[in-house]
Order: sequence, then C-alpha cells, then structure tokens
Amino acid sequence: MTEQTLFPAPTVDPETEEFWNATREGILLVRHCKSCESAHYYPRTICPHCGSDDTYFEQASGKGTIYSYSVMRRAKIPYALAYVTLEGTDISMMTNIIDCNLDDLSVGQAVQLKFSKTVDSEFQVPTFTPV
Amino acid sequence: MSINGKAYIAGAFEHPTRKAIDKSLAQLHAECAKGALEDAGLTKDDVDGYFCAGDAPGLGPLSLADYMGLNLRHVDSTETGGSSYLIHVAHAAEAIALGKCKVALITLAGRPRAEGMATGTAPRNYGANAPDVPFEFPFSPVVANMYAMCAMRHMHEFGTTSEQLAWIKVAASHHAQHNERAMLRDVVTVEDVVNSPMISDPLHRLDCCVISDGGGALVVVAPEIAKTLNRPLVKIKGAGEAPKHQMGGRIDLTYSGAAVTGPIAFAEAGVKPADIKYASIYDSFTITVLMQLEDLGFCAKGDGGKFVADGNLISGVGKLPFNTDGGGLCNNHPSNRGGMTKVIEAVRQLRGEAHPAVQVPNCDLAVAQGTGGSLGTRHGSATLILERE
Repeated sequence: MTEQTLFPAPTVDPETEEFWNATREGILLVRHCKSCESAHYYPRTICPHCGSDDTYFEQASGKGTIYSYSVMRRAKIPYALAYVTLEGTDISMMTNIIDCNLDDLSVGQAVQLKFSKTVDSEFQVPTFTPV
Repeated sequence: MSINGKAYIAGAFEHPTRKAIDKSLAQLHAECAKGALEDAGLTKDDVDGYFCAGDAPGLGPLSLADYMGLNLRHVDSTETGGSSYLIHVAHAAEAIALGKCKVALITLAGRPRAEGMATGTAPRNYGANAPDVPFEFPFSPVVANMYAMCAMRHMHEFGTTSEQLAWIKVAASHHAQHNERAMLRDVVTVEDVVNSPMISDPLHRLDCCVISDGGGALVVVAPEIAKTLNRPLVKIKGAGEAPKHQMGGRIDLTYSGAAVTGPIAFAEAGVKPADIKYASIYDSFTITVLMQLEDLGFCAKGDGGKFVADGNLISGVGKLPFNTDGGGLCNNHPSNRGGMTKVIEAVRQLRGEAHPAVQVPNCDLAVAQGTGGSLGTRHGSATLILERE
C-alpha cells in the first residue's frame, strides 16, 4: 500500500456529508448516541444500537489497534485490509494499513490515523499506519 | 406452527456444466428447472410456486416465469446471496403449509466463468445507495480478504492453524476424486494446501473454492403429492434464517450467523448435532466451513481446528462426513452461490443416491448450512434439517 497513490472517491450523501467534509480537514468523525451513550460506525442518523435519533458527531483521537487484517497478495500492488478498533470505543472500522511493511503487521498492533487522498475529489479516506 | 413435516423435497438437479459459454443465463435456469422436475416425476404445468434470487436475470421471478411459461399463484425472491436457496426451501415449506402453493420450484444459475469474472479478488460495488459502500469500497475489500480477516482473527483468538484449515480442503478432495464432474479431482494433502500460493493471508489458493458456471434446482412439494411420486421421501424437518452484520461497528469475526440459525433449526427439527449423519456446509473458503461447524454446535467455539483435523470430515473415515460431492472447494460453485448445491448433495445422501464411495450408510438425517454475502461484513445464514422418511 506504500506504493498506492490515490483511493477511489467515496460517494457522499446528505446523511454523511458532515463526515466527509471533515475529512478534507484531516478530521475523523465518529457518530455517538446521547441516549445509549455509545458510538457506532459507519455513521447513521438513527443509532443502530438503541434506535434513538439523538445522535451527534465527535472527533476521534485517531489512535487504534488492529482487530484483524489480511494482506491481499493477488493484486497489482499488494495491500492490507483491516478492521481497526478505535481508542476509547468498542467499535471497529474497515480501513487499510498504509506506509508499512506488509509482512510485519499483527493483530493487536497499535496504529495511528493517516488520511489518504482520493481520485478527483477533495475528500480523504481514513487509513491507518503503524505507530 | 412449525414447518416440520409440512413439505418434502421431491426433485433435485445439479447442472452438469462447469463452463457455459454456449448457453444463456435464462436457458441455464430453465434446464435446471426441467432437470429437477423430471427427477421428481413432475412437469412445469404442476408448478404453482416459484422461487429465485439475485442470480436470476431481469425482474427475477417475473422474467423467468415468463421465459419458462410458468402459471403461478405464489412467488418469492428472497435474496441473501449464496444462502438464498436454503431459505427458499424453508419459505416453500411455509407457503405449502399455508396452502399458498403445492409444488414449489427453486432455481439457481450463473456463468461467472464464461463472463471472466474475478470472483474473489476484484472489488464489487453493490451500488452507491448501499450505506456501507462509501465506508468500505475505497479500501478494496474483496471476497478473499474479507474471509481472510475472519481466519486471521480465529487464529489469533483460538490458535487455529493453516494446517487445520487445510484438512477441510483435503477432505473435500477425497470426495471429489469420485465425482467425474468435479473441477478439481486430484486428492491433495495438507502440505499441498499450505504450500499453494498465498492469496490473502492466511488463506492460500487451495483454501478457496472454485469459480464455475452452472446451476441447480429443487422441487418442494406438499406431503400428499410427495407420497404419489416414485421417489424416496426427503422431509423438511427444521429451518433457521438470519442475517449477521457489523452490529454498528461492534465487529466480532469469530462467529457466523449459523450461531443463530443452527439452534433455531435444530430446535424445530427436535434433533441435536450429534444425531446428524451427513453435513453439507457452505465452503466458499476453508474458514467458512470451520466457523459454521463450530456455530452449528458440532464442537465448541474455538475447537473447530481440532475437529476438522485428521480426516474427521472424510466419508468413511471421520465422524462427520461433509460435502461428499467435493463441495465448492473442489466440485463447483455455480454463480458464486453455493447454497443450492449444498441442499442437492444432502438430498442425494438421504436418498442413498450419492456416489457409492462416499455414500453414508443409513443416512437418515442431514443438515445443510448456507452463508451468503460476506462473513467479514454482512451475510445471510440459513440452516436446514432434512430427514429421510
């Protein structure tokens, strides 16, 4: 993934526009629920845990650990797909681990948010790199 | 109300093709339908209920009822990927129990090979309106690496090894050697599997299923019709269906939806995993089998590696013969949807019509387990318990 230059641009809709706008500033927003006081991912207006619509965005610390990963070898440029558990939450998000030695990754490894640019768009996608 | 004993599988047919360059998709569906109806001793004019899923062309049941000239009073196009067809069997039994139809036809067909589809290694975009797509598609999740993440986590939590996973392929290959239509008929060893090229860590090429064209069909009928047909009676005894997903980000890759659907199906059937003589287990990858076996209760969670090792899934050798046609791992995986063929081989076993080299003696109780979609994100699980009467 070190060699990968640009990611496909995300499709932005009214529900997630705020999330994607924040990525332009290098900010990762996570949706929280006031009613059940929990976080969820990907962001929804209505909390998937409790059904409340009293939800809001909060900036994530950007720290996390690898819940699981796999290095896809059958690609022009091998890359690491991963789920990263976000610090201070019980939620994990799909992402890529970039700027790393692909043979040196492990479950439980500490990683740090590092946004990646997308094709023909100002939006960035939240990727991670080993600490 | 239960579907236990309310309907029977009277017809089953697996299309012989594995590469269908010379056939249309609708044609494959119709050939499968014809094969299953002939197997049952029925004709298309007997069919009053029709079931198909996302592999059907056009407007699904509308297009294919039109194409095949079916006169229907009940349709169902439940779509849960490769597990759809097991759910269709259960829904057919429900419809028959409610008097909505008496002869239900279920078809599956596809030609990913003829169309040159990179089934497991190219990203699939399920459409801009799918809410998960913007948060996943940019990272190139493909079928292989999503299942691989499940295997990686299973290894981390339970110490499962590549050698243990390999035993699943070894067992499938032992069965496939007897199936002249199987795509991979060579018996392989654990070493062959772990030494095959890495596709997506920790899954090797031989941990993956084949890519094939083809299809299959089933005919589910009311008891009074089943008893007039000159076929062994295969009774639908229990069924469970449920999606499993990311739970709002509380990701747990260690279990599949079978943890929900297995207990439901076993309870409805009134039997236990220990009673099962034969198991058809969806086998897109070796890890898929291992997790579903645990979740169905054939062993404790985390013990799947030990359970599948040393030939325990090989017919005539181990305690739980599985996928005796060679399964998706060796035989075929039509339309990238292996649920249909799981039911078909279970029916063969219950009828005593499996290949003699793999036929389970006195096979009177079987489970068929399907998973559709992706084990790594969201999938539909379906469990069927079938009994020879």
